[in-house]
Amino acid sequence: MNMRQRNSAWLIALTVCGSAGYVLLADCDPRLLEIVGLSLFVSLSALCIGALLGLPLGAWLAVSRFPGRTALVVALNALMGLPSVVVGVLVYLALSRSGPLGSFGLLYSPTAMVIAQSALVLPLIAAVARQIIEDAWQEYAPEFSLIGIGRLHAVGLLLADCRFSLTVATLAGLGRAMSEVGAVMIVGGNIEGYTRVMTTAIALETSKGDLALSILLGCILMTIILGLNVIAHALRTWASRRYG
Amino acid sequence: MFPLRISGLCCQPNGRTVLDGLDLELSGEGISVILGANGSGKTLLLRLLAGLLPADGGTIRWGGAARPDGRLAMVFQQPMMLRLSVHANVEFALHPQALSAAERNARTNHVLARVGLAHRTGDCARLLSGGERQRLALARAWAMRPRLLLLDEPTASLDPSATEAVERIIREIRTDGAKVLMSTHNLGQATRLADDVVFLADGRVQEHESAQRFFARPQSAAARAFMQGELPWRIAFEH
Repeated sequence: MNMRQRNSAWLIALTVCGSAGYVLLADCDPRLLEIVGLSLFVSLSALCIGALLGLPLGAWLAVSRFPGRTALVVALNALMGLPSVVVGVLVYLALSRSGPLGSFGLLYSPTAMVIAQSALVLPLIAAVARQIIEDAWQEYAPEFSLIGIGRLHAVGLLLADCRFSLTVATLAGLGRAMSEVGAVMIVGGNIEGYTRVMTTAIALETSKGDLALSILLGCILMTIILGLNVIAHALRTWASRRYG
Repeated sequence: MFPLRISGLCCQPNGRTVLDGLDLELSGEGISVILGANGSGKTLLLRLLAGLLPADGGTIRWGGAARPDGRLAMVFQQPMMLRLSVHANVEFALHPQALSAAERNARTNHVLARVGLAHRTGDCARLLSGGERQRLALARAWAMRPRLLLLDEPTASLDPSATEAVERIIREIRTDGAKVLMSTHNLGQATRLADDVVFLADGRVQEHESAQRFFARPQSAAARAFMQGELPWRIAFEH
């Protein structure tokens, strides 16, 4: 399949899913819009936190050398595959009344869901950023060293240099956040009108036998995730043409 | 910083002896060209001087000191280009020099004009041609106002007109007061640029002469063979 055919396939898949979702959305159920809105709010918030912490962490790991660094890199890579239910349980324990953050009363709130999704997204963004930036660092390190560029300045330059690849990594993080169900179910509680998001709603409606709503939510979710992938692909293509 | 004295320099990357007791003394003026066959250690010597690699033996003294007290810049055969503008690719190298933003900007624009890239300051550096990239790398090094500029085969794989432009810039950098030490395979280029020639073979300096004397009458058999295009692998094959 060549590039043009692949792009066409993406576009067709996106259009089919998008059309199905929007036809069903024509009824404009406010509950549905609320679920979609909360999903986007929680996942985008988690993405912002994950990117703000994960990108500098990945860049710092890429340019630093210290005892135990390899173990840290291996641990970070392993955390990319962290099961979301495990994160959910850990965040639950931290936020529950007897946990260290219990006094804030955040359990079963959208904030708790943001925290759980941030914990899922952060290692993914940090690990991918570390690999991308380390590859660039190996290429640039001799000249940076000769010029006298400090570690902090190098981190800034490398983040700027790799910005397009890092954007793709960040979008992958958003995909992970939007598609996970275990953690938000545990710490959010799937409370209607308050903490119900697309994935938890799909799980619930399927168990209740309301397959139409499940399919609708699935289509919307797929549209968003496919859209993200199309954006990521388009960005990479544009950036390589524009910036080499 | 000068004279630069190298004594008994040894280097064995990956266990293979490349430099084996190299001695050399360089003054602080002019363009010194390092000649030698592939694998003779030209690039390795430049990297050792730049401090990018540790030596396995020997000493490097910079005007009697263990470290250079002047600025040192190096342009690599494949120079690094950030995915940023041409201007930013020069300007970032001035950050460690504690200049104001206005000074950095002025100096960047000045060197870009001198290397003929003033009209491309806003373009992405990665989209430049090979010759333009090399000119940009020279501009970056020049903007740092180095006392010693190390050039590792700066015109390898460039066409004649790009080579001519790079050679003109190297001469201007010398005129600005920097000592230039460069490696090349190109005998024509060495003839055009060199004030003195350092010929490397068997891990040592076989000859260090003024360019005029070296090209008129090379003293060592290895240098004569090199000048006649009889590279070491060919000699070994025929014998």
